[in-house]
Amino acid sequence: MATIMATLRNPQDFTTCPDTGLNINKPVANLVKIHILTAVMMLLAGGILGLGVALTRWPAVHLLPSEWFYIFLTGHGAAVLLFWVHIFSVGIAYFFVTTPINARLATPKIAWLSYWLMLIGAAIATVMVLLGQATVMFSAYPPLKAHPLFYLGVILFAVGALVPAFLVLATLVKAKNERTFKGSMPLTTFGVLIWAIIAIFTWVMGAVIMIPTWLWSMGLIANIDPQLYRVIFWALAHSTQQMNIVLHITIWYTLAAVLFGARPLNEKVSRTAFVLYLFALQLGSVHHLLSDPGTSFTWRTFNTSYAAYLAVLGSLIHGLTVPGGIELAQRRRGLTHGLFEWLRKAPWDNPIFSGFFLSLILFGFIGGISGVTMSNQQINMTVHNTFYVPAHFHGTVATGTTLAFIAFSYWIVPLVTRRKLAYPGLAKMSTWIFGLGMGTFALFGMAAGHLGVPRRHWDITYADAALPFDFSAMAHMIMTVAEIGAVIGGFGALFYIISILSTLLGGKVLAKGALPALAEPAGLVAARMHGGTEPQHKGLEVPGSLVLCMVLLVFLIVYYFAQYKYLATIWGIS
Amino acid sequence: MTETEKMPETEEDLEPVSGWQMFYDDPSMLLFLGIASPTILYTLWGVIEVLHVPLAGY
Ligand code: HEM
Ligand SMILES: [Cu+2]
Repeated sequence: MATIMATLRNPQDFTTCPDTGLNINKPVANLVKIHILTAVMMLLAGGILGLGVALTRWPAVHLLPSEWFYIFLTGHGAAVLLFWVHIFSVGIAYFFVTTPINARLATPKIAWLSYWLMLIGAAIATVMVLLGQATVMFSAYPPLKAHPLFYLGVILFAVGALVPAFLVLATLVKAKNERTFKGSMPLTTFGVLIWAIIAIFTWVMGAVIMIPTWLWSMGLIANIDPQLYRVIFWALAHSTQQMNIVLHITIWYTLAAVLFGARPLNEKVSRTAFVLYLFALQLGSVHHLLSDPGTSFTWRTFNTSYAAYLAVLGSLIHGLTVPGGIELAQRRRGLTHGLFEWLRKAPWDNPIFSGFFLSLILFGFIGGISGVTMSNQQINMTVHNTFYVPAHFHGTVATGTTLAFIAFSYWIVPLVTRRKLAYPGLAKMSTWIFGLGMGTFALFGMAAGHLGVPRRHWDITYADAALPFDFSAMAHMIMTVAEIGAVIGGFGALFYIISILSTLLGGKVLAKGALPALAEPAGLVAARMHGGTEPQHKGLEVPGSLVLCMVLLVFLIVYYFAQYKYLATIWGIS
Repeated sequence: MTETEKMPETEEDLEPVSGWQMFYDDPSMLLFLGIASPTILYTLWGVIEVLHVPLAGY
């Protein structure tokens, strides 16, 4: 168990938040601010591009001409999935590796260097995309070729993003040496350690594949084997998503502690779930290649089924212990009525909570279930490269990660700036609108995928195709609803952006009370952040959470087998 | 147990820890295994399989 030293080492390097009692290393506060500010600008750019894409795939609107559609699509993927998510992640990683253990960040100067590398890399890549010199979409599969500067931008970004992983490790060593804590580190810091280790694998794989591709784009290498590219690219691109998941789950634990004074039901079990992620999540990279030629059934099935299901087990553990911790805390506060009083009486009008809990539910039910199902070798054939795929991953990266980041912003930005949240009304609406809009996009998009609507396609009427093909009116209608959902979700993101940018740039500075009074007094929030398990308890104390998890599990099983049934109907076996 | 505590800063007062706990507390071990596992089982294995696909004769 973590023991945090009561006397702060080097107190001159910290500010203590009067609302939460947390000690924040001064350079970390600045790094968190600049990373979130930059990330939010990326979300703004990516969101606008995403709206352009959505308004084009909305059949009746069909806004952009084809060249611009693909430029927007490439720009959207890069701006949100690389730049928004990872710049934000780096900022909060610095927080998680310092504050919970009262540590000082190792070498803040290098953290700034990493920031500039990421920013310059992102800027170069984005400019090349917008100039129409890099219309290769997110995956940049050869033989599609972009301008060399695009790859250079991505490489600079990846190097910039790799550095913080080492800073996390260095900070832990430094904290150990300075004896700011003893024993095991708190769960949230452990989460960021796992994030950092995955990051090292991820960005090194990025270099392994992007540097040869860059040389190829300059004509220094004659050929990049498309299949080899795909294998190594997905070690990079799948693992970046696993970094997101690890971090947004770390956020869930943190917000449960902050909002309710909740602790994990059992810290060791939660730690084990993170370790399962460390070993098994990256192996799931194979699920991107299930319909590819060139590799054996054994490699695919070992990685996507046997290994990846260990990671799914990890997710199920988090899915029980996060709400379970909240339920226990709420029940101890007297909300013991029935299965769900603890949940009904949660602060639903607080965007920190609504964003957090919606992200938990939507990630599990939409992103999680669809992801596990489509990662099956046989079922994958029914949805491969259809609209089901982007629909699924908006369920993970948008309604899961992004929504968790939105919720967390509403807490951490006032915490590190001492500024009161600006436009709280917009903030309150943002989580619901983003969650429900993107959730609609995901659900209806998955339905469209089942009808065969392709992803990344500019014109599903195939007006200029040699062989005519008509999708049913139903398919067009479903796409319409999906894209209306996407547009609505875009407004949710916009409300968030307005509120957070206004807070960062001009919110009212308060000595105390920048953070609204939550369930917990200041000292307790700090204590909970420092970790620990709920004291031993007996019997079933969290029936509501268990029911929630069982519903998820049953839903997953039924859905999984329904997909097999569906496979049998479209693939007649005689 | 887990709250902010005043503790004498000697090594002896650490509670006894289990083997698993020691494994989880050792970042270098996690680092090594966390990199080795996907590098071998995913990347190397996958790359070797792709390299074994015979090239088409032109
Ligand atoms: C802000 C609101 C958003 C809207 C309106 C939106 C809309 C869309 C649409 C319509 C597509 C095109 C799917 C296709 O035609 O194949 C798309 C693709 C994509 N979106 Fe989003 N999205 C949003 C947010 C996000 C977020 C937050 C992320 C990640 C964190 C994300 C990541 C992606 C990626 C990676 C692609 C695939 C790009 C590619 O195929 O190369 N989107 N999005
Ligand atoms: Cu993946």
